[in-house]
Amino acid sequence: MPDRVITYSEAIREALREELKNDPQVFLMGEDIGIYGGAFAVTLGLYEEFGPERVIDTPISEAAIIGAAAGASLVGMRTVAEIQFSDFIAIGMDQLVNQAAKIRFMFGGKASVPMVVRAPIGSGTGAAAQHSQSQEAWYAHVPGLKVVLPSNPADAKGLLKSAIRDDNPVIFLEHKLLYKTKGVVPEEEYLIPLGKADVKRTGADLTIIGYSNLIPKSLQAAEKLAQEGIDVEVLDLRSLRPLDTEAITKSIQKTHRALVVYEAPQLGGFGAEVAAFIGEKCFDDLDSPVMRLGGLEMPPPYNPRLEKQLVPQVEDIVNGVRKLMKG
Amino acid sequence: MLTLDKKLDIYRQMITIRLFEEQAELLYIEGKIFGTFHLYVGEEAVAVGTCAALQPDDFITSTHRGHGHCIAKGADVKRMMAELMAKDTGYCHGVGGSMHIADVEKGNLGANGVVGGGIPIATGAALGCKLQKNGKVVICFFGDGASNTGTFHESINMGAAFKLPVVYLCENNQYAMSTSIKYSVAIDDISERSKAYGIPGVTINGNKVLEVYEAVSLAVERAREGKGPTLIEAKTYRWKGHSKSDKNVYRTKEEIKSWKARCPIQSFRQHLINDEGIKEDILRNIDVEVEKLIQESVRFAEQSPEPDLEAVRRMVYA
Repeated sequence: MPDRVITYSEAIREALREELKNDPQVFLMGEDIGIYGGAFAVTLGLYEEFGPERVIDTPISEAAIIGAAAGASLVGMRTVAEIQFSDFIAIGMDQLVNQAAKIRFMFGGKASVPMVVRAPIGSGTGAAAQHSQSQEAWYAHVPGLKVVLPSNPADAKGLLKSAIRDDNPVIFLEHKLLYKTKGVVPEEEYLIPLGKADVKRTGADLTIIGYSNLIPKSLQAAEKLAQEGIDVEVLDLRSLRPLDTEAITKSIQKTHRALVVYEAPQLGGFGAEVAAFIGEKCFDDLDSPVMRLGGLEMPPPYNPRLEKQLVPQVEDIVNGVRKLMKG
Repeated sequence: MLTLDKKLDIYRQMITIRLFEEQAELLYIEGKIFGTFHLYVGEEAVAVGTCAALQPDDFITSTHRGHGHCIAKGADVKRMMAELMAKDTGYCHGVGGSMHIADVEKGNLGANGVVGGGIPIATGAALGCKLQKNGKVVICFFGDGASNTGTFHESINMGAAFKLPVVYLCENNQYAMSTSIKYSVAIDDISERSKAYGIPGVTINGNKVLEVYEAVSLAVERAREGKGPTLIEAKTYRWKGHSKSDKNVYRTKEEIKSWKARCPIQSFRQHLINDEGIKEDILRNIDVEVEKLIQESVRFAEQSPEPDLEAVRRMVYA
């Protein structure tokens, strides 16, 4: 049987459909996720299939959506909330960070909040400063949350199913430019554990460490670099919290060089944490300093040429690797 | 109709809250309680009258001023006192403190350190109950200050639009920390805001426990029947400072005195004696029993061990 190829958004939809079927406590809530199918059409058809009690359209009330997700999960539901753009999580940040993430701890470990907040991240769609950000570092900084960013359809499906079954609040960030990308996704049921990185390309000379949309870009860069005789490994973190430090260590012990790539502003971005970890724990294995390649220090601009310049592109990654290999 | 036994329970709970709070304040002054808390003295009738209208498995969400709600929802004062003293035997193993006491098994979905923070959670819990068709109702306690937060609007609108089984119970104790409600809103009664959401709203005397019980009973019945939320504003008064004590620079001694004259416990006591023919001895016995319980709770807390860091670290994730 030939491999089945579907898009990233179809894979997410399949995960939602399967979990809605598997578990009567699972339900979806969010803005325009019903008949409209969500701003990025991810939930298209689920309202018709599962009805208004399983796929709930909400008012435009991000704080209430995230808080209500926590409340419903606290009394036994498994809530999957969609926030239309991850930028808007800021409106519900108290409910996410001060409530959902901490409820279990504050209550002395006696409650759980099995909820997922799904939200699109990233630039590249001309949506400008309030609809294009990558704020994963904010959430990854919060003990009590799990943070997941899949880079391809198969990972998206397996990780989302695990996120829904997880007993903790999980932030599941979907890059907008990935929604239409295609990949092989098994037809049979499978799960991918949270907190496990994945080597997307094996290599001997240098490891590019990244996540989300920077993985396909890094793979393209690796192909170009292969033509120059540079053998690059690409490590996809997939989860930022918990962070698979073992996979990072293993790869650095093999390649001795690391380029950490991310779309968010470089200063204080999650890549800084990865670089710090490598500096602290893998220093003796390094043949050159760890390099970060993050986004520029400005809000996402509307202009398409500038928007591309904001975040690392394939050519930037190629240049970064070349520079590191010389060092 | 409340039976006499139930009325005596109500009295016992109100006196338990009063004595618990007075004891907590004393322990703070003695340096035996380190962290912060917010005392419920003067507001006892709201929590007790409300929870008397609930089934044991109904839910509540509480506030930073939550001791009264906890006790009224059936919490064990020993474990509450242990939590205030940051001990491992406390409700939250000493990591939550006063502002995070929760007792999910008893339907208490937790106090909250953020003003207005519990309103979306109560709304979501009610959504969960509705989806589970379990017939349970959620009481969402919050204060007058919280009625000016965004979550108040977002949540009540959602609760009303979805006809959720939740009662929004505003404890208007007149002050958000130092800010008078007369200064911070342009309406007389917070319950007027119910009109904006298309739900019933009522303002009641929060110092009359039976009036609270009656109003909440109606709202709970309505919620249980699937008719949606009610906004109840219970007007009451915080005798003590905002957090522990304060200098009361924002209000007059006369004002405090006038509200103390309307003590919710004293007036209910008079009702029991005058209208129900309860002998004072019976009430005095209850007072003594409760005082004993509070002293036991202090001993229990003092003798309890501290939490262990490694065990606490394991509580972050399920």
